[in-house]
Parts: sequence; C-alpha cells; structure tokens
Amino acid sequence: MTPRDLLGAALRGLSANKLRSLLTVLGVSIGVGAVIVLVAVGNGSGKAVQSRLEAMGTNLLTVSTSGGGGGFARGQAGPSAQQYALTLADVAALSDKNLAPDVASVAPVMTTSGTATNGDTSYTINQVIGTTPAYLPATNTPVGSGQAFTQQDVDAAARVIVLGQTTASELFGRAQAAVGQTVKLGAVDFEVRGVLASKDSTGFNDPNATAIVPISTLRATQAGYGALSQIVVQAAGKDRVDLAQAEVTQLLTARHQVPADQTSPFRITNSAQILQTSQDTAATFTALLATVAAISLVVGGIGVTNIMLVTVTERTREIGIRKALGARRRTILGQFLIEATLLSLIGGAAGVGAALIVTRFQLAGVEPVLVPSSIGLALGVSAAVGLFFGSMPAHRAAGLRPIDALRHE
Amino acid sequence: MSADALIDIRDVTKTYGAGETAVHALRGVSLRVDAGDYVAVMGSSGSGKSTLMNILGCLDVPTRGEYWLDGNNVAQLSEDQQALVRGRKIGFVFQSFNLIPRTTALANVELPLTYAHLRRAERRRRATHALELVGLADRTDHRPNQLSGGQQQRVAIARALATEPRILLADEPTGNLDAQSTDEVLGMFDELNAEGRTIVVITHETEVAARARRLVRVADGRIVADEVTR
Repeated sequence: MTPRDLLGAALRGLSANKLRSLLTVLGVSIGVGAVIVLVAVGNGSGKAVQSRLEAMGTNLLTVSTSGGGGGFARGQAGPSAQQYALTLADVAALSDKNLAPDVASVAPVMTTSGTATNGDTSYTINQVIGTTPAYLPATNTPVGSGQAFTQQDVDAAARVIVLGQTTASELFGRAQAAVGQTVKLGAVDFEVRGVLASKDSTGFNDPNATAIVPISTLRATQAGYGALSQIVVQAAGKDRVDLAQAEVTQLLTARHQVPADQTSPFRITNSAQILQTSQDTAATFTALLATVAAISLVVGGIGVTNIMLVTVTERTREIGIRKALGARRRTILGQFLIEATLLSLIGGAAGVGAALIVTRFQLAGVEPVLVPSSIGLALGVSAAVGLFFGSMPAHRAAGLRPIDALRHE
Repeated sequence: MSADALIDIRDVTKTYGAGETAVHALRGVSLRVDAGDYVAVMGSSGSGKSTLMNILGCLDVPTRGEYWLDGNNVAQLSEDQQALVRGRKIGFVFQSFNLIPRTTALANVELPLTYAHLRRAERRRRATHALELVGLADRTDHRPNQLSGGQQQRVAIARALATEPRILLADEPTGNLDAQSTDEVLGMFDELNAEGRTIVVITHETEVAARARRLVRVADGRIVADEVTR
C-alpha cells in the first residue's frame, strides 16, 4: 500500500464521522493553541518587564543610606546618621579610578519637590533632582530637545534647568517651546536648557514629571547643604557590575568607619540584579503557563485515544474484511496510526492558526510575543500525541485475529 | 487425486475453549481438493462447516492436524505470510457480502489489489475488468448502501476475483439473496469453474449444492459423506 493509499483510507475513515472527528480535532487544537498563546503571553510580559528595567539604565548601582539618608528628623540617632550621610566627598572618592577601577561614572543625587511657575501657569514638580551631567547617561535619560547642563554650570552653580516632558508641557503647553524660556522655581529664575525625552513608566509615578538642575544650584537655592539622597554609580561594563558594587561597598565602609560587626548602613541597588530577578520570575511564569497548556494538550491526546478506540471497536468487522483480503498487520497499524496522527495534526494546524490570530491582540494587559519555536514544538508534540495516543488503539486493531474481527457484530 | 492437491487438510481438529466447556467444532477432518474442482460442503447449523471454511481460508488455525495449501504448510507461515496467502491465493465470498461501507464498488474491488502492492493504473484496470465480468460496469461509483443485495454480492465476487486467486471460497453466498440473484450468482460460479477456477462453497441449500461436482457432508465435526455428483 502506497502512502497515498494509506492517506486516502485514513481520510475516508475520518470523514465517515465528521462531527466526532471535528470534536477530537477541537480538543487537540485547544491544547496546541493554549501552549502557543500562553507561552507568548509569558514571553511578552517578560519582555515588557525587561524593557522597562532597561529604560531605568543598565550597569547601574544606586547607593543610599538605609533609613532614608540624612537629617536628624528621620528618627535615627543623630551622630550615626551624620556619620553615615552620603557626601560629595564620597562622590569624589568613588570617581577615583585608582580606588574604584570598575566604576565608569558617579553622580550625586539630591531630590526635593517644588512648585515651578511660568507667568500665571504653575506646576508642582514631585521630583526636582540636583545632580551632575554624569547622571543623565548613567540612568539612561537622554535629552529630547535643547541640551543638558555642563560641568561648568555645576561649578558655577548656574541657574539652568532641564525639564521632564510632563513638566515642560504643563508649563509651556508644548514641550519643545520650553527651551530657552525662563521658569521660576521657588523664588529663583531658571533658564530652561533642554527637555528630556519621554520615558516609559516604570512604576506608579510619572517619570516625566521631573526637573533636573545642577546640584550646586539646588543646594544654594532650594535644598540646603544636607546629605545626598543617593549616589548613582555606573559600572564600567555589564560583567563588572558586581566588582563595582564590591568596590563601592568597601570604599564607603572605610570612609565612614563602619564597625566590622555592624551591618552595612548603605543600601546598594543593583539594576542588573533586579533585571536578572525579574527575568527569572518571567521564566518561571512562562514555564507555569506552558505547563498548564501542556496539560490541556495531554487531555486533547487522551481524546484522540478515546475516539480511536471507539473507531477500532466500531470498525472491527471492517478490519476483519481487510485482513481477509490480504491486509498485513502493519498495513492496518499504519492506517489507524495515520488516522490518529492526522486528527492530531489537523488539530495542531488549527491550533496554530487560532493562536496566530489570538496573539495579535493584547491579552490581560500583556502584548503577547510569539516564540517561533513554540509553534514548531506544539506542532511536533501534536503529531507525537497522535502517534503515541493512537498507537494503543492501532495496535489493538492490528492484533485482531481475522476470524474474531469478521465475527464481530 | 494427484499427490499435489491444491488443498490438503490432514486429520484437522478445532477446539474452542478448554476443559468442561470445550467445544469440539472439528473432530478430525481430512480433505483433499484438486485444482479445478467445484466442491460443496453441506451440513446443518453447528456441524462445523463454517469452522472448516475459516481454516481453509487461513482466517483461523487448526488446533491439531496439518493444512497444506498449494504445497505450503499453513501452520508454519508467519502472520504476514498468511495474510499474503489470503490475498494472493484465496478469494472470499461471504453470506453478508462484507463490503467496506461508505466506499465505492470500484474501491472495494481495488482493495485486495492495493494490499497486493499493484500500481494504481493496474489496479484500476483490473478492478474495472472484474466489475465488467459480474455485469456491474455501470455501478462502479455506487456505494454498498446504494446497491441491491444481489448487486452487492456481485461486487463481492468481483472483489474475490480481482486478484485472480487459485481458490474461490464462498460461505453461504446465496443465503441473503432472492431467487433471481441466487441464479445469477450460481451461474457465475458455473462459468468460473468452467474456466478452471477451484471453488469451495459452504451451504445448507441443496439447490446450491446441486451445482457442484462434488458434495461433502459434514455433521458433528466430521465428514460423513464425500461423493462426486456430476
């Protein structure tokens, strides 16, 4: 019997009971479709988290003092809070290539909030950041229009400001229109040097509702000369983040004379670690979804077995006739295996088709990202499901003795 | 009878079950059929004639005894070789026709040729020819449920003849047919035998048995009479 004959016989067998075949196909297609869609959703949410984290800047270490970083008002014992407060001297030490060779750049950060006004328009900026020019590349915060302030501006405590997108558009209507204008922050006039490019949200706060000024200016005009809120450290490379973190810890511990028996008062957040953690979480999430989907694929496979068993029982007499006409064991085996595999493959193809359509839409707030290998895998598995779950009924059919099969009523 | 008989069964017994409930369908049957013979096997229900037919057709194996078919000891053949023997040497005609449902007459007749690994064109040619022989050239695309009983049996005969087997085994071939169809089928058997085909027909109707050259009577698992009638 040629493959074409076998295929023809299998197709005739399947079309003999269209509704039943259709429902079995449906079972498999739901399984296959679920695998592809759920893996795509898991992958999509992983990708979304990753891109958000990358927007925050990679190779980034954020140093802060635990307990909030300064001042007597924060409830800590005064002397120790003073002792562990981050200072510009710390920034200078960390910038030293000899002391911290794996650190690429360091930027001090002081934050405050304030109300900015442009004529009659006023806007409360949640985050006014005082820093140095190194802050922008380190935190992956490019300037959209205009330009950033320079080190000269910092040295001179120049009254210049770079606005976030939201701040600029709130004050000047159009973000681009802000460049070159003057904005009043508190009682001081600032010249708008540039507007930051729009940033995707990484949390609950609008990352565009900011303003950045030279740290010296901020200290002189707004925040006073207290401790730094944070120090932002960029490692020299992706694989040197851990080294940089160790150097930072060591330097700060030495500079602030932290006793050896005390846990470090400095909190260092490592963006690579957060990224890794969230990638691991996403992978676990994807695996979980794939497992659930795989279960439904197995259920679909059991459906194939069930239907093939019914088919074999129903067509026992036909099997007897075929054997009487000279059909060999493997011919019968082949016919029923092909029927089962065909059921699975048609189901698999339908599942892939449905999945391709479904993944075009946003699902539960996640933009699904198809994993091409999941399509191949799902199709392969569906064929394997047909072969595996079809083999038992097919063997039963092939093993029937011709006389028993013929006598079957 | 020549030494190289087409069918030669020697002291065959067939027992179903075991112990107290054992049923002895055949209790020692020996039978030789030469090529070209036309044998009718008669017996009442339960006499063992169907069991004999199943063993002759390699559909069942004897419990004891030997079966030599065309010089081969059937008991020593593998399952696949037995399938090959059924396909190549034996054509079956059943009482209930046993056509594959939802399959055209032509496809039914082509089926044994498919199992004999013939090419598509050759299968088509031979199957069409066989259907012409039984007078159903205009019914090739009909399915079994679109054909009358007589027509179905003629398709079954065409199917049995398509592989040009040495033996035609018929089990109550006219059992489900009306008088006219019976005549047609029996006429066909006469012609086939006249062309040299060996026919073994199992029946309980004397009218059918009367057409054969030789009549074998079976009762209670034994051959009780074996006579040449024509």
